Amino acid sequence: MARLFMKGCEAIAEAAVRAGCRFFAGYPITPQNEIPEYFARRMPEVGGTFLQGESEVASISMVYGAASAGTRSMTSSSSPGISLKSEGISYCASARIPMVYCNVSRGGPGVGSIQPAQMDYFQATKASGNGGFRMMVFAPSTVQEAVDMTYKAFDYADRDRNPVLILADGVIGTMMEPVVLPEMKSDEEIAAIKESKRKWACVGHPLDYANRSWIQPGQWSTKLQQEENEKAAALYESWEKDIQVEHYRTEDAQVVIASYGISARIARSAVDLLRKEGKKVGMIRPITVSPFPYKAFDALDYGRVKAILDVEMSIPAQFVEDVKTGVKERCPIRTCLCSGGNIMSREKIVNAVNSILEGM
Amino acid sequence: METNLCVAGFGGQGVMTLGKFLADATCNSTDKNVTFFPSYGAEQRGGTANCFVVISDEAIGAPVGDVMDDLIVMNGASLNRFLGSLKSGGRLFVNSSIVTDPITREDITVVRAPVTELALEMGNAKVLNVIMLGVYVGYTEVIAPEIVWDTIQHKLAKKASLLPLNRQAFEKGLELGRSQRA
Repeated sequence: MARLFMKGCEAIAEAAVRAGCRFFAGYPITPQNEIPEYFARRMPEVGGTFLQGESEVASISMVYGAASAGTRSMTSSSSPGISLKSEGISYCASARIPMVYCNVSRGGPGVGSIQPAQMDYFQATKASGNGGFRMMVFAPSTVQEAVDMTYKAFDYADRDRNPVLILADGVIGTMMEPVVLPEMKSDEEIAAIKESKRKWACVGHPLDYANRSWIQPGQWSTKLQQEENEKAAALYESWEKDIQVEHYRTEDAQVVIASYGISARIARSAVDLLRKEGKKVGMIRPITVSPFPYKAFDALDYGRVKAILDVEMSIPAQFVEDVKTGVKERCPIRTCLCSGGNIMSREKIVNAVNSILEGM
Repeated sequence: METNLCVAGFGGQGVMTLGKFLADATCNSTDKNVTFFPSYGAEQRGGTANCFVVISDEAIGAPVGDVMDDLIVMNGASLNRFLGSLKSGGRLFVNSSIVTDPITREDITVVRAPVTELALEMGNAKVLNVIMLGVYVGYTEVIAPEIVWDTIQHKLAKKASLLPLNRQAFEKGLELGRSQRA
């Protein structure tokens, strides 16, 4: 397959189209505008629908509707826009509606800055709306990963009847990088996917059909609501098998960086540079940040590892809270942070690692 | 081997297009890793615009490096802003038509090209970026000129009438860049 040079946002949108996404609704916000822009041009070519809603709330609600009718559907936004969508995301989770959305995150809180940041970690992994639901959350560190994750996200969403989040950032969204695109699903495959949802989706049932679809984002009976919550909890438990994590040069490491997404990519280049100087540094990179690979930290030999260095583009640090849960006080955890739209620098990480090594 | 390049100028001078042509050509015709990262304000014209291109044989970390190997500046403001990020021994490519300030560093190589004037002489101010791309490729030989030209041709396919002018601009730049090689 030939490499194409694509912008992250456009590559994500094309990956969704190839996965069979045939409905996208969105609303403009920097730095994710190229996602709706791309869909606006692309959807008519494949017989899909692009809609620009009158707001974020409208566009997530349109996705709720289209996905309820069995169509692979997607929305995207950037940090404050994702907050506005949180009501609809929670409704999708409650009604067990499969859909995929992407957060091309920027500085925060509030309107923040339009530049890249990783300040939506808690929102993405702990509380993307009311009600304590959870989602699988993928954190790409390259444009290729963003493509592969988006393509696969629709399968996870359909399997679980649950929303799936691609947690990107303003660097991944706006940078261009070579990608190899996945195969385009045929119209027949897409029709078969839709048909497979007949049991629950509003795909058009005869009047006498016994299991007529009824999409409900909540239950009037407390008993039924608890049952639904228990089913959802069991689903979340089952994700243990879906955890994805990368151990990078950790075998003999004395300092282990914990990082994800764009920061992890920069941290990797810091590890390579430090290794050339003979320094024993490695990295644990969660690829799924929900479910989080807590057990990856059990694989470390704490007789050898002197410290964990948390690297993320958020002040205050957020990802570090999950790292702490994984490390369980077996060694000190330091942080290397930036935020506000500033991009993590390799030199900063190198300096942070060196200061740990010097203090050992 | 990794090359970090920053291209900076006014919005409207085509600095993004310059960077994209180079990065795209690298993607299309080599097996190197390459990234392009844009940075600009809300303005379509005026304001500042700059982009970063990283070309590497290894996996690329940050698409915005801490230190630049090469710097292309199309206006005075960009020179002031980015000169400090150029490594010692780095290469500076200056649009000498409008950047008239003296270059205050002696530890770098300076390649001057009056690309605004040359573009006007060709009858279209917009091709200054293609001339500068030629200068850069001609001087550095970072990738083969034919590869870059193939990409420009491909990208301008829908505006075929502009190809002769762009060809002329690119050739002019190459000639200028090559002539300044030691």
